[in-house]
Amino acid sequence: MAKLPLPPAQLAEIYGPHLNYVPVGGWHDEAGSEKLVKTHCCFCGQQCGIQLKVRENHVVGFEPWEEFPFNRGMLCPKGVKRYLQGNHPDRLMQPLMRASDGFRPATWDEALDFTARRLRELQEKYGPDSVAVYGGASLTTEKAYLLGKFARVALGTRHIDYNGRLCMVSAGVAYKTALGVDRAPNPWSDIPKAEVITLIGANIGECAPITTDYVWRARDNGAKLIVADPRFTPIARNADLYLPVRPGTDLALLCGILHVIVRDRLTDDAFIAEHTTGFEKTAASVESWNPRRAAEVSGVAPEAIERAAHWIGESRRSMILHARGLEHQSKGVENCEAVVAIALATGNIGREGAGPVMVTGQGNGQGGREHGQKCDQLPGQRSLTDPAARAHVAGVWGIPPEALPQPGYSAVEIMNAIHSGEIKGLLSMCFNPMVSLPDANFTREALEKLEFFGVCDFFLSETAQHADVVLAGSLQEEEEGVTANAEGRVIHIQEAVTPPGQARRDSDIVCDLARRLGRGEFFPFTEPRQIFEELRLASQGGVADYYGITYEKIDANMGVFWPCPTLDHPGTPRLFEGGRFFHPDGKARFMKLEWRDSGDPVDDEYPIYLTTGRVVSQYLSGTQTRRIGALVDQYPEPKLELHPKLAEQYGIQTGDQVTITSRRSAITLPAMVVRTIRPDTVFIPYHWPGKRSANQLTHRTLDPRSKIPEYKVSACRIEKSGGPA
Amino acid sequence: MFGMEFYVDPSRCIGCQACLKACEECETHRGVSMINFDFVDRPETIATAAYVCWHCDNPTCAQVCPADAIKKYDDGIVGSSLKPRCIGCSNCVLACPFGIPKLIPEYEQMMKCDMCYDRTSVGKRPMCATVCPSQALAYVTPETIAATRREKPVNTFWFGEQKITTKVYMMAPAATDSVSIDVADYTWEGEHEVVPQAF
Repeated sequence: MAKLPLPPAQLAEIYGPHLNYVPVGGWHDEAGSEKLVKTHCCFCGQQCGIQLKVRENHVVGFEPWEEFPFNRGMLCPKGVKRYLQGNHPDRLMQPLMRASDGFRPATWDEALDFTARRLRELQEKYGPDSVAVYGGASLTTEKAYLLGKFARVALGTRHIDYNGRLCMVSAGVAYKTALGVDRAPNPWSDIPKAEVITLIGANIGECAPITTDYVWRARDNGAKLIVADPRFTPIARNADLYLPVRPGTDLALLCGILHVIVRDRLTDDAFIAEHTTGFEKTAASVESWNPRRAAEVSGVAPEAIERAAHWIGESRRSMILHARGLEHQSKGVENCEAVVAIALATGNIGREGAGPVMVTGQGNGQGGREHGQKCDQLPGQRSLTDPAARAHVAGVWGIPPEALPQPGYSAVEIMNAIHSGEIKGLLSMCFNPMVSLPDANFTREALEKLEFFGVCDFFLSETAQHADVVLAGSLQEEEEGVTANAEGRVIHIQEAVTPPGQARRDSDIVCDLARRLGRGEFFPFTEPRQIFEELRLASQGGVADYYGITYEKIDANMGVFWPCPTLDHPGTPRLFEGGRFFHPDGKARFMKLEWRDSGDPVDDEYPIYLTTGRVVSQYLSGTQTRRIGALVDQYPEPKLELHPKLAEQYGIQTGDQVTITSRRSAITLPAMVVRTIRPDTVFIPYHWPGKRSANQLTHRTLDPRSKIPEYKVSACRIEKSGGPA
Repeated sequence: MFGMEFYVDPSRCIGCQACLKACEECETHRGVSMINFDFVDRPETIATAAYVCWHCDNPTCAQVCPADAIKKYDDGIVGSSLKPRCIGCSNCVLACPFGIPKLIPEYEQMMKCDMCYDRTSVGKRPMCATVCPSQALAYVTPETIAATRREKPVNTFWFGEQKITTKVYMMAPAATDSVSIDVADYTWEGEHEVVPQAF
């Protein structure tokens, strides 16, 4: 039983989120710091360099790290205040076990023995695949690798997936399909070199703030900026062309642009002939998408589509940056394939200032997906169904290839299988599905059905509250390792402090659990460095080849871009130079682009588009950032953004309480009436749980290939339910 | 830092407030932020502006201070009020044409940006300009600004009849046209709608 052991209000009283405002020692502390540790921010995929001030095993503040080339000292408010997650009153200092009246402290032996015993009991009773593992993209690459190995070697289950499934996997599938590799092709230093920058479904200013300066530098160099988004986001303020695309219709817009590029012969025919295959498939797909039809579907004027197509097609240095707005759709893969097709068709790829660029969102969204916690992949971005890949990795792990399980379910499918009773046990690390998965009531019902639920985390998240056992793990700054930022630059995370109280490093917990499952011989690791050394071998020869990367090489070079196959290899900042792609024939693929409607279409009953996203001061499910006072004060609660035209129709003014109802559920939030959103669309940021959770409203439709949920398009209706609260 | 000047460019600001958060991490006034930050008019626009003290050549705040608590130093920086002298009268708060000084009730003292004296005097950049992810706040050489920005730095401001020249520069657009910021003006609902060509 994984129902809450206490009512949510009582759990919140004990475990938070409480707000930490003041550093260790207070604001007027004069003791200073003992050392500055050069490491990286724990939050988004920018992975900014930062120096943490440390004293007596506490992180007491920060100092900008101006020498790190990606951000050159720059930080967003989350980076500035990230140090306040340390020494936090909510921090889990010892394992917890469910008791009749809440949670009670437990010893590590008790908690780990119980976890191992319950997992094995369920597997013996229901079969090996009756338990699943959830990982996360905030984990270091070592932890992500270890978790993948743990699921397949220690537990022997098919089912492991991670919260990166909610991030950029649509782009991952598209790039892998079209280009043969899942990585942004360009280093960020290319952005200021571009002549035309298109941002589509990418709220750069709030979700990747450091990228802003790169875009502004391009503008100062004379670049044109095109922004496509249902909202006029902060990055749109200097746009030369703003395209107010209707939620879920980006593919129509992109097909319209491609149509004009083909019609007006803006294609790079020599590049297409020499370096690609399948152009005729894409050309046939966009033939009917004349600007008029594209405008009717997307709500972007035909003239604007023509202009965007000409700006992009006439440039030899065009970059298209895209993020969750494109990817969080049931046709997320096609959206990204269309972006890649525009780049390929115009020859804008594999050169300085030219390329399609996915802006990976999660901290280790890139590195965390390359080495084996994805349900269908082995280390090195290898396919779990490829016999050669299985043989290689099984060899490194010292097991027979046939002992490796086959691909399992993706993150949402795992929750579906828990709900249906197929999966009975779950071990989750660094994942807060109660806030982050769509259709939150369904998620709660599923968690309540689990026969065993173990969680490893550093705060008692809304998800961990459902657990039978909670293993007190480590913060990012408490364990050494590597991550890869949005550029594919592998960087070095330092252990600035050790875990407080009895909390333990995540990798120690996983290895200890593996020993108790009788598989300790495969998990002899005592330091993250040993895990990295094995990972180097496991990735060797794969697409994401880390063999030539060492901790020391990263430190000496301010990061190393993979692939890096040998120790004397300098790394690969820019992919596809000379038009060489990662498919065996070296050629890129054009794909068929097929239009599908959203999985939750608007109709007379639910006539308004609902889209969700982030605010700059909060990060993902808020497990960390809802506990930092200064960040909460900046945007304390979710608001419903809507346009004055829509507001007037429903008699709504700023501050009024508005009930938003979708086909799943209803929530009530204060209104914020702004002209910076389409009149047919409302927006809610998703960082909050319970009755303020945007994901109570969203739906579980997945992209059939990437299995990403369609967070960016739901249908809803609204009504004023009261005046200002 | 020698040769560096401070430049404010509101057109780059994305409203993230990293400057505000970073300012309160500065050693000499930890816990109190000296950044002035505005949402220009959130219902109408995403435009935001973050700015620091402009460090006037002839500072009004110092002129109106009855306690002689505000000093301008040789390098042109106008300091926060001197604690032993400040009587918390708020004259400076009311008189500053830019609205910069703040009376901090907790300290019974006016505090404002002193251009991170503790940092700039030891060769570091001010905290806000170091972290600003859009470089709306920038601390660089005049040569760098001239070589990298479209806009031009100005440091002369008129407030009615009062002319103010400052140490800190505002980046001003080369040419300004009126631009609409209502998304509804750009959406396309069919041919009966007129699409403005503002962009």
